[in-house]
Amino acid sequence: MIRQTMQEAIVAGIAEEMRRDADVFIMGLDIGRFGGPLNSCKGLWEEFGATGRVIDTPISEGAIVGAGVGAALAGKRPIVDIMFLEYLPLVIQQLGCDGGAMHYYSAGKARVPLVVRAKYGVGPYHGHPYDFHAWLMQTPGVKIAVPATARDAKGLMKAAIRDDSPVLFMEHMALYHGLRDAIPEEDYVVPLGVAEVKRAGRDVTVIASAAMVRRALAAAQALAKEGIEIEVVDLRSIVPLDEATILDSVRKTGRALVVQETVCFGGSTAEVAALIAERSFRDLKAPVRRLGTAYVPVPFARSLEKAAVPDDAAIVAAARDLVSQ
Amino acid sequence: MTPEPATARRASGDGDTVQADASVLLELYRRMATIRRAEERLSQLFADGAVPGFLHLSIGQEAVPVGVCAALEPADTVASTHRGHGHALAKGMALEGFFAEIMGRASGVCAGRGGSIHVADMSIGMLGANGIVGGGLPLAAGSALAHQVKGRPNVAVAFFGDGAMAEGALHECLNLARLWKLPLVFVCENNGWGEFSPLERQFAAKLAALGAAFAIPYEEVDGIDVEAVAAAAQRRIEPARRGEGPQILECFTQRWRGHYEGDPQKYRDPSNLDAARGQDALAVAAGRLAAQGIGAAQLARLERSIAEHIETAVTAARAAAEPDFETALAGVYAGGRAHG
Ligand SMILES: Cc1ncc(C[n+]2csc(CCOP(=O)(O)OP(=O)(O)O)c2C)c(N)n1
Ligand SMILES: [Mg+2]
Repeated sequence: MIRQTMQEAIVAGIAEEMRRDADVFIMGLDIGRFGGPLNSCKGLWEEFGATGRVIDTPISEGAIVGAGVGAALAGKRPIVDIMFLEYLPLVIQQLGCDGGAMHYYSAGKARVPLVVRAKYGVGPYHGHPYDFHAWLMQTPGVKIAVPATARDAKGLMKAAIRDDSPVLFMEHMALYHGLRDAIPEEDYVVPLGVAEVKRAGRDVTVIASAAMVRRALAAAQALAKEGIEIEVVDLRSIVPLDEATILDSVRKTGRALVVQETVCFGGSTAEVAALIAERSFRDLKAPVRRLGTAYVPVPFARSLEKAAVPDDAAIVAAARDLVSQ
Repeated sequence: MTPEPATARRASGDGDTVQADASVLLELYRRMATIRRAEERLSQLFADGAVPGFLHLSIGQEAVPVGVCAALEPADTVASTHRGHGHALAKGMALEGFFAEIMGRASGVCAGRGGSIHVADMSIGMLGANGIVGGGLPLAAGSALAHQVKGRPNVAVAFFGDGAMAEGALHECLNLARLWKLPLVFVCENNGWGEFSPLERQFAAKLAALGAAFAIPYEEVDGIDVEAVAAAAQRRIEPARRGEGPQILECFTQRWRGHYEGDPQKYRDPSNLDAARGQDALAVAAGRLAAQGIGAAQLARLERSIAEHIETAVTAARAAAEPDFETALAGVYAGGRAHG
């Protein structure tokens, strides 16, 4: 085992795949010589730059993601770093509508093994917080990976690079340089579409991803002192959604709280809640509860931003309330 | 800053080398100094943790917004960029509302919701800073379209950085503006850098050639010389105002600070940075003012009054209330809250 931050683990995963498969390459803005904002590509230029496998691009998001789709169709395995998820709207056409639909429209003859990386999240950097992944939930064909730990991030990145479908890979900035995690030294992947129970509990299932997993685990500690045991399901992938793990847990606890750092309306909390209502209604002891960000553009003032995002206390309060029903 | 457009507009004469009378140049100097001192103050406040978010300062580039806005009418509109403080102040935003906004207070011009990246004020024709590179260009085109179809004698200005030349938005807007003969002036602030990479690695063409391709009149100017910028802006803005269609002004300027505050600029050769800081719009203007009999003592008095005004604005912002969350929730839609 080695101990790495999420940023280090992701870069290590990319480097390993680049060594393993000569078709893997990466491009994006300021990712080469500069090493990427927040060190997102640190060291890749030094190792692979000379062979043209780390490409600095101009500020042309639509063109570089479209070029990623085109290169993938021609047999390469591109990783395109669009820097921030806030820029996803600029590439929905290329990633979602072109990349996502190619395999289907070509009756399986076309493959798009493309990974698009993007940083996001309310956190220490206080900027570019937007989590726009829900936009891609409406374009069938793109997978969405959303790690909460460094270990999962590396394994999911390696699985995404090896996958023959396009994958949006989300990197939460509050987790990026934070806690170090024990990472296996041997080669491993975390398969896309497989959630993980990060903490077992009998009273309430909390379904979360990324930074909200950390918050849910913190809430679990507080609640345990009151005798309430919550089970934390970390989605790890939003598409494919691991329905079995979610439903198994809800059948056990009979109570579900879905937490995301996005607006609830039309997003993945709605999808998970609908899944539970459709398939596990009779197991429920209380209505499904959701917690998301306020229905506003992410506001600037620190006080507004803080109020807009669910915190540990909100999770504690919602879980307590569910148990009391 | 309190704009006095009627006076300042006289800075732009007919020829290339304008012999402005000293009072006009002094006013341009005052506006540039206000932007620089305001941003220097923001830099300190940021270091002290009093300003949240990414802060992109335009120190070194002051002559561009000041020169261009000096040639604008109050009802003309400007779309800005992520480096937008200079545009906001030069278009007439008051320091009080400006500082309170960047510091995230309820008394800010956007009630603390927008901050540095979204600061806007429709009442002065400031359509907003924009976190998306190239994002302001189509907005300015639409503003110009509105001026045109409403028969207003106004123009729109799209400020954009050299980095935005790689975005499709610029190329689409050049085409659209030319097709529709929009009263739109494209103002490129070419500081040679897009984030951490020099322009040479990001753009394969020249803006002048793009202008020629679309038959849009193009002019370039030394963006350190505020009088030259004001004169060139006047030459581009007047034909647009007369209905002759879009115009391009490329201002060569310098980014003194990092891409954002806190950026140590390790990717930048020290000689490049020294050369940038050697080109100082304030020093150029001060030299000319001295030749016209306005000496250091008078400029020092001016600086003192600017500093006092800034401190008043900062003190008021510090004392101002935090924005109210419930009020902010109701502010998403015109006409009130939709749901959740
Ligand atoms: C669409 C988009 N891509 C990337 C970014 C990240 N970014 C912010 S500023 C910037 C550089 C812009 O360079 P330029 O237009 O020359 O403006 P300058 O910073 O030099 O004023 C980049 C790439 C962004 N804000 N928007
Ligand atoms: Mg630039």
